[in-house]
Amino acid sequence: MSDWQPSELQQERLAYRRRQTVRSGVIAGVSSVLVLALVVFGVGSTPGWPRVRQTFFDFHRGWQALPVVAQGLWLNIRVMLVCAVLIVVFGLALAIMRTLRGAIFFPLRVFAAAYTDVFRGLPLLLVIFLLGFGVPALQLRGLPNQAVIWGGAALVLTYSSYVAEVFRAGIESVHPSQRAAARSLGLSYRQTLRFVVLPQAVRRVMPPLLNDFVSLQKDSGLIAVLGVIDAIRAAQLETAEDFNFTPYVVAGLLFVALTIPLTRLTDWVARRQGWYGGGGGPV
Amino acid sequence: MTARSALAVLATLAVVGLAACAPADNAGSGTTTPSSADACSKDKLALKTAGTFAVGTDKPAYEPWFSGDDPTNGKGYESAVTYAVAKKLGFEPAEVKWQTVQFNTAFAPGPKKFDLDVNQVSISEDRRKAVDFSTGYYDVRQSVITTAGSKIANAKSIADLAGAKLGAQVGTTSYTALRDVIKPKQQPAPYDTNDLAVQALKNRQLDGIVVDLPTGFYMTAAQLDNGKIIGQLPGGSQTEQFGFVLEKGSKLTPCVSQAVDALRADGTLTKLQEQFLTAEGAPELS
Repeated sequence: MSDWQPSELQQERLAYRRRQTVRSGVIAGVSSVLVLALVVFGVGSTPGWPRVRQTFFDFHRGWQALPVVAQGLWLNIRVMLVCAVLIVVFGLALAIMRTLRGAIFFPLRVFAAAYTDVFRGLPLLLVIFLLGFGVPALQLRGLPNQAVIWGGAALVLTYSSYVAEVFRAGIESVHPSQRAAARSLGLSYRQTLRFVVLPQAVRRVMPPLLNDFVSLQKDSGLIAVLGVIDAIRAAQLETAEDFNFTPYVVAGLLFVALTIPLTRLTDWVARRQGWYGGGGGPV
Repeated sequence: MTARSALAVLATLAVVGLAACAPADNAGSGTTTPSSADACSKDKLALKTAGTFAVGTDKPAYEPWFSGDDPTNGKGYESAVTYAVAKKLGFEPAEVKWQTVQFNTAFAPGPKKFDLDVNQVSISEDRRKAVDFSTGYYDVRQSVITTAGSKIANAKSIADLAGAKLGAQVGTTSYTALRDVIKPKQQPAPYDTNDLAVQALKNRQLDGIVVDLPTGFYMTAAQLDNGKIIGQLPGGSQTEQFGFVLEKGSKLTPCVSQAVDALRADGTLTKLQEQFLTAEGAPELS
């Protein structure tokens, strides 16, 4: 306990700051409420609004469509999860291939480069049509026929090339001195990659990887062209019944509801692990 | 202008702008119903050439609407219905003269050389702006098609189809019929176009496709190897109909419609459908 009190001048300053904080809080609140009221009143009183609400935001219709759309979304989620694992494996393998050193690995480097060039350039929809309708048309023995499998294969092929480039950027962003230090400590090339380069590389590319993951989640719906019912196709089928677009809105909300928690979770994990800022701690 | 007043102006503009988004209602276009149906005896008909009934259709004339690419033989559904209409109007079969009219030109705007054209033309309000239609002589029905050797190739009833993997074009009545009439155990496969469904059938990703019967005839004849129509689904509340095409404003239209209505009422249309569609490879499924 001490008898120390801030000086009168300091107390005055603190009080002033408090008043200022309260004042800006009140102003921000009032202006927000005003704008909100203006928007609600403005939009709500337009002559077209009842029709907009009826066509896009019909709660009853949305509730009715929800089970079907959610069932479609379950397909999106399954496809996404299986593909994501394969994509990370293939993408990382391609990135490692492409960053191998030594003359003997030249063919592998060329292959990885050619692969990423081709599949990053090909439109995903084209690859889906090519694999989903084209390969089963060959009627080859022993090849699967299911649309989901070939659609998933198309997703994996295309996204692996994106993810490979993200991983490569991460690997190449690790300073050469790190490798040099590891090698001079007696670590082999493989050990250097495993214990020094990759851990740093993966941390750095976490945000762009998440980007690709979210994008995959949405593009997983493209395999609907092969005749399977995902969330968007389910919403389309619902909409075709009565030309009410609420099922589309429902599907959109479900997709958004899926991505937002994922983003927050990744951010939280990354911050907790101290991934951002290269482990230097808060500065 | 301060930031605050700028905000106010912006908000006002936004509200005004939204108010401009009033719904655009198109005024209901009145449909003209031909009323004068009294002068329908043969000598009073407004014909292109007196005494002959000039009928157009495309060449080749496809099965089962015609038979053997010869519309004059009275075989095939459309040929038979045309001769039945001609008879109702008082013509002898020999007085019916056929001419070749391309499908697309049949319902293009402008004067016509034919009295009427019969070519599986669906009645639509858009086409009605350019030509007249008789009342429909054929209600389009849904059918199930497959290829020989598929597991439903020998299906005889709707129950036989329940275990099959079936597809249809998204947003069509075919898809609705697939879902609601057949009620398959496996999830129906929706495709963006009929062509993609045909591809999937060829790939054996599907056991069968639900399409309207006219398209089914085309697919099994032209697009599929060993294509087979399993049968027609029970008719629902169908809106699509085939009608005879007549010149816009033709005085003949009410008479032809009257004849078609009479043929429908006395069961001739049903009888001809059974004879030329059901018996020619599109049996009824129940």
